[in-house]
Amino acid sequence: MSDLLGLTAAQQAQLIASGEVSSAEVFEFWRGRAAGDDLGSYLWVAEETPADPGALPPVAVKDLFCVEGVPSSAGSRILEGYLPVYTATSVRNLEEAGAAVLGKTNQDEFAMGSSNENSAFGPVRNPWDPSRVPGGSSGGSAAAVAAGTAPWAIGTDTGGSVRQPASLCGIVGLKPTYGAVSRYGMIAFASSLDQCSPLTRDVTDAALMLRILEGRDPCDSTSLGLPDQIELPSAERLDGLRFGAWGLGEEGLDPGVAAVVRTTLDRIEELGGSVVEIDLPSAGRGISAYYVIAPAEASANLARYDGVRYGHRTEDFQDLLGMYENTRAEGFGEEVKRRIMIGTYALSSGYYEAYYGTAQKVRTKIAQDFAAAFEQVDFVVTPTSPTVAFELGERTADPLAMYLSDYFTVPMPLAGIPAVSIPCGLSEGLPVGFQIAGPAFSEGRILDAAYALERAIGFEGVPVP
Amino acid sequence: MSVREYEPVIGIEIHVQLATRTKMFCSCELSFGEEPNTRTCPVCLAHPGVLPVTNAEAVHYGLMIGLALGCEIARRSIFHRKNYFYPDSPKAYQISQYDIPLCSGGRLGDVRIHRVHLEEDAAKLVHTGSSGRIHGAETSVVDFNRCGTPLVEIVTEPDLRSAAEAAEFGRLLQATLRRMGVSDVNMEEGSLRVDANVSIRPAGEATLGTKTELKNMNSFRFLERGIDAEIARQEAILAEGGTVEQETLHFDPESGALTSLRSKEEAHDYRYFPEPDLVPMAPTETMIERARAALPELPAARAERLERELELPPDSAKLLAFRTELGDFYEAALAADGEHPRRLANWVINELTAAIGDGNPTDTELEPAALARLVAMVADKEVAASAAREVLGVLIAEGGNPADVVEAKGLGRAGEDELGDIVDRAIADNPDAVEKIRAGKAQAIGAIVGAVMRETRGAADGGEVQRMIRAKLEG
Repeated sequence: MSDLLGLTAAQQAQLIASGEVSSAEVFEFWRGRAAGDDLGSYLWVAEETPADPGALPPVAVKDLFCVEGVPSSAGSRILEGYLPVYTATSVRNLEEAGAAVLGKTNQDEFAMGSSNENSAFGPVRNPWDPSRVPGGSSGGSAAAVAAGTAPWAIGTDTGGSVRQPASLCGIVGLKPTYGAVSRYGMIAFASSLDQCSPLTRDVTDAALMLRILEGRDPCDSTSLGLPDQIELPSAERLDGLRFGAWGLGEEGLDPGVAAVVRTTLDRIEELGGSVVEIDLPSAGRGISAYYVIAPAEASANLARYDGVRYGHRTEDFQDLLGMYENTRAEGFGEEVKRRIMIGTYALSSGYYEAYYGTAQKVRTKIAQDFAAAFEQVDFVVTPTSPTVAFELGERTADPLAMYLSDYFTVPMPLAGIPAVSIPCGLSEGLPVGFQIAGPAFSEGRILDAAYALERAIGFEGVPVP
Repeated sequence: MSVREYEPVIGIEIHVQLATRTKMFCSCELSFGEEPNTRTCPVCLAHPGVLPVTNAEAVHYGLMIGLALGCEIARRSIFHRKNYFYPDSPKAYQISQYDIPLCSGGRLGDVRIHRVHLEEDAAKLVHTGSSGRIHGAETSVVDFNRCGTPLVEIVTEPDLRSAAEAAEFGRLLQATLRRMGVSDVNMEEGSLRVDANVSIRPAGEATLGTKTELKNMNSFRFLERGIDAEIARQEAILAEGGTVEQETLHFDPESGALTSLRSKEEAHDYRYFPEPDLVPMAPTETMIERARAALPELPAARAERLERELELPPDSAKLLAFRTELGDFYEAALAADGEHPRRLANWVINELTAAIGDGNPTDTELEPAALARLVAMVADKEVAASAAREVLGVLIAEGGNPADVVEAKGLGRAGEDELGDIVDRAIADNPDAVEKIRAGKAQAIGAIVGAVMRETRGAADGGEVQRMIRAKLEG
């Protein structure tokens, strides 16, 4: 049965379909693996194996997703013990396709963070080196897939929260076009950016999962689904495809990471693709715009946690205002409070235009940069993260250094476009991620290119103990 | 010191609960007095992860209202979040509209409409304890049934110049919305709520004075009294050389007192920003045409038509148009017998309303055709007006045909010959009165008329009897 550990989700689905192994056996195997996790990846693991879990291996679900009757806290003290009364559309789609919920994975509180150190329930460790972070905010999902305690997982990507941890853990993370997947039941961080995203061992599993997740949801007005059904990728060559490389000259880019990425660009050319360096003049301002827009939306999205209807309520209050203040002071962590304050300030009368208004203009310019780039190239490629996984505690005292972890991943969600991170090699013995972004709704083409590259790279993933 | 003449400048804001089937952003049905917190779902309770979805019927009603008021419909209109912490707002923001409302510009009667926008209602707070308010309450509980009910906010330009004009406009708007069927427009139940912005300025000046906002008056009578009280308060301040402060006020109709709810300094910063969970509303030509086609004849147009086509006096036409149920009953009666439009209007406005008050005539047993027949009998002198009133009472209570009621009750007008005999007898029986009349005391005729009426049990026409008596005495 331990063979399952070496198999992708798609391969396990074939075993279930052929009757070689029952879905209950598959679920039970992964339930055992998840229960044995020692990296802090899980906040909750299924207590028993369902009678007929379904045609696909089970899925690890970021704590941010509401699952009826299952603790869903978004990694926050303020929602500790909260049991949703409904299930997120994305999770329901997975369940209906035959992927039962294996467990809820650890994350940065309300998806705010790039190292998973902002979880109220403790950090997650990187399976490649437990003294290092797995990235964030979907750190638990990434570590679980990389460590082989989950066959596949979902997370959410707002500014890089799936691609960056996928990069740091040596797995595949795919952020779809904004609107491809329903956000209903995903505990909101920044509504105009959040997108449910697969974390998988390989590109084929990412395609398989996106096929299940995508679709218009009547409960989410901003959802559209994808225009065409996602086919499983099969391309072996990149002939005629043009790749625009961005950001290789950036100051903060680690030389070891840059070298691995340049090798990957060479591989693209070996496969028949062409590579040009391109400029995205406004993309470098992405972090600045992101850290106004996302906190602004978050300041409103998180205002509902007031202790009135559910979740944590302080015992220390005299009046209504005191109840609000103490509930929130006790319930939220430092980073969440920081962003609520930034966002509240940015939306305040007299400051709105200077901050929120300007950030929205930058956002538009970044989208225009990408649109212009896609006139010349089929894809924009970058390093996913400027560095490999860093030590726990290394950046916690310096929010700005932490924010810059998302330098290469933030522009895509600001423009609403899809991007995938695939592992492309090692630097200092740690995985390096390669990001491929394309125009809105180009997931099929991105996955095909990623698949061809993945085969050529032959990355030996998953440091299974 | 001469008293300066001040001119009030008034604009009003009206919130209307739309009579849609479900709430503004979720599929909960609207509540009409159900048990607290039985019309709720994760969306309107603002559970984690939920998203709003705009109610298409509410947009349709919003478009109807915009078109009825002659507004321009925005090609693209967006929702904003209005942020504030209070237990009646589970998301801690209200989804409302800010700089791009669904409808703008427009006019109703002589008053220009500034804008019409869509938003959602808040939950209801119930405070226990003696104060009845949140301050000093022992406990406060929240009923979320109302939370998320669709609202339309209608804002006028400051075109009103008196409290009476404001109340008159409010009634016209209420009648218009009721006629459209888009809301119950019941002020006591809160499905229509009125705020007034009031300022005064020296008569003849063009610049506006500092305005105050009067909140939530729950009848047009109180609106009128509240505005009058506020105008008087502002005049008194200016007369003493003071300045009016911008503030929000509450008018207590029992004491007549105005109390400040919050000053300008205490005004909220709502931190409006575009609602990222909703896509813009972009009404298509089809949607607009569907809304236009759904508009009935509106009260202002109906009053004009009744005046023009049936030559009704303006007040009568307006009353029948404003009270849709009376207008409908009147026109149904007219359809049965269109010979006497003015007389019929008088009967509806005076006699029918005297009997049913603010009620709806269709809730009685009276058929429109029966009323038309009764009015025709009066016109043809088949029954006296006083007797016809009694017949109307029977028809309202029991229904039926007026001729049958007249017959059964013996209220038919006495025949000319028979009446002549009765008059002769009455003259003979009242020699004192006859003497006084001849001596010039015309009012003495009352004794003889009274005798005739007693004899005929009210079935005779009083005017006719007077004429007969005079003719006989002169002859």
